[in-house]
Amino acid sequence: MNENLFASFATPTMMGLPIVILIIMFPSILFPSSNRLINNRLISIQQWLVQLTSKQMMAIHNNKGQTWTLMLMSLILFIGSTNLLGLLPHSFTPTTQLSMNLGMAIPLWAGTVFMGFRHKTKAALAHFLPQGTPIFLIPMLVIIETISLFIQPMALAVRLTANITAGHLLIHLIGGATLALMDISPSTALITFIILILLTILEFAVAMIQAYVFTLLVSLYLHDNT
Amino acid sequence: MNVKIEELPRSILMWDFIPKGITGVFQRGSYRYYNKYVNKKGSLTGVSMVLAVYVLFNYILPFLQGTQT
Repeated sequence: MNENLFASFATPTMMGLPIVILIIMFPSILFPSSNRLINNRLISIQQWLVQLTSKQMMAIHNNKGQTWTLMLMSLILFIGSTNLLGLLPHSFTPTTQLSMNLGMAIPLWAGTVFMGFRHKTKAALAHFLPQGTPIFLIPMLVIIETISLFIQPMALAVRLTANITAGHLLIHLIGGATLALMDISPSTALITFIILILLTILEFAVAMIQAYVFTLLVSLYLHDNT
Repeated sequence: MNVKIEELPRSILMWDFIPKGITGVFQRGSYRYYNKYVNKKGSLTGVSMVLAVYVLFNYILPFLQGTQT
């Protein structure tokens, strides 16, 4: 039972070959590109969603911040589609692997930090000391602010990993419990109902993306505009 | 394919297995699938078929990993 529970998070191989790369590239098939002005339904819906999201998300940035639009839109599409595809039965979700989320979080966060330090060095350094702190608290507060800065990418990655992994584990557990309780009747109805609610809540994995990109975004905003 | 059955092995040996050719096969195949099932009013069926194959593939995967169920 223990082995079965975590076996779904093992990176999939097929006869020795790692097919994780194929699984990571799979969501891109579902977003076809087109050169036409008027497209079919699938592409029209996707374009509308992307325009809606990008307008919502990039409105608070200045010109320099809006150069990151493509990056952030690709990010939200990738994480969103990957998480949603992971809700299909038996599928593997790449975002449950901490390695991948760190690979996404650290470069992006570092990019924003370096951009802030390069273009507005004084403002970026001033982040380390909030206004109006008493003088004898300054050394400790600088240390605390440095730690809070360096923990940002870790928090981004671990947040995504933990949320998606926990959701999948819960689905496994509660589904297994439902099957086991099927012979002992009245609880089954209640537990199946809980499974349904859990799945719906898990579809707010898409909200996780929102959290991810939004956090990254707030970071970029702070570094660029303050 | 304008080849007779008896001459099929010989014609296969004359193929060029260059990367551009292989990608061309996949591209042409995916364009045919796309135009037939997705690029229409009912594009939902095209996408659902892809997802169904994906689910089945993930189901079969443990059996392909060398007798590990």
